[in-house]
Amino acid sequence: MAVPKRRHSKTRGRLRRTHWKLKAPGLNTCSHCSSPKQPHRVCPSCGYYDGEEIVPPREE
Amino acid sequence: MRHRKDHRKLSRTASHRRAVLRNLVTALFQYERIETTTAKAKEARRLAERLITFGKRGDLAARRHVARFVTRPAVTVKLFGTIAPWYAERQGGYTRIVRLGTRLGDAGETAYLELVKSAEQKEKERAARIAAAEAKEKALKGERPAKKAKAAEAEAAAAEEEKTKRGRRREERESEISAPAKKRTRTGVKTG
Repeated sequence: MAVPKRRHSKTRGRLRRTHWKLKAPGLNTCSHCSSPKQPHRVCPSCGYYDGEEIVPPREE
Repeated sequence: MRHRKDHRKLSRTASHRRAVLRNLVTALFQYERIETTTAKAKEARRLAERLITFGKRGDLAARRHVARFVTRPAVTVKLFGTIAPWYAERQGGYTRIVRLGTRLGDAGETAYLELVKSAEQKEKERAARIAAAEAKEKALKGERPAKKAKAAEAEAAAAEEEKTKRGRRREERESEISAPAKKRTRTGVKTG
């Protein structure tokens, strides 16, 4: 059976994982309510897209 | 290489995939706007556009093609009678995908897949919804005995609008088929 020849140091593993990074989503400003929103998506706060396209905001 | 990558597999077997897409397309024609994942919306879109083109052709063979795919007979009728005339002047691009963002749970990106409509058409439907809501309210308030005529009138209007939404009554459809020129006349078009 295949078995590791050498001990795998903590540093080695950690160095490999330095490339695991989270990327922040690119955000634009909503043209209708000027809150941050992701481009090419309906605004989550006002439900507008491309000037119209309404997803009615939730009312409790 | 993207050789022979023709479509998304949607993590399903061929038969499952076909069933899902048939259901989605049928629902799209029935409800005119559906919410699904972006990937499924994009796959359903190709098929929906193709079916609308069949609808515009309008002959019996086209009708049979559609009827074989769509899961509800009534939807075939609606596609040929109601939806296809909307796009008489449009060369493709009958549907629109609007991304909504990611959903909770699996963080899947969802989108609306909808039939493209003109501004006038949207306005008409909005008015119909309002009328229907008002009629309903009136009926609930029990104003029926006093304002019987008016309520009936409002209800009739609401019912009328409801029909446009769900697929019109047969006579109306047929009259439209017999006189399609009426709907397609363009004003202000320069000829020669």
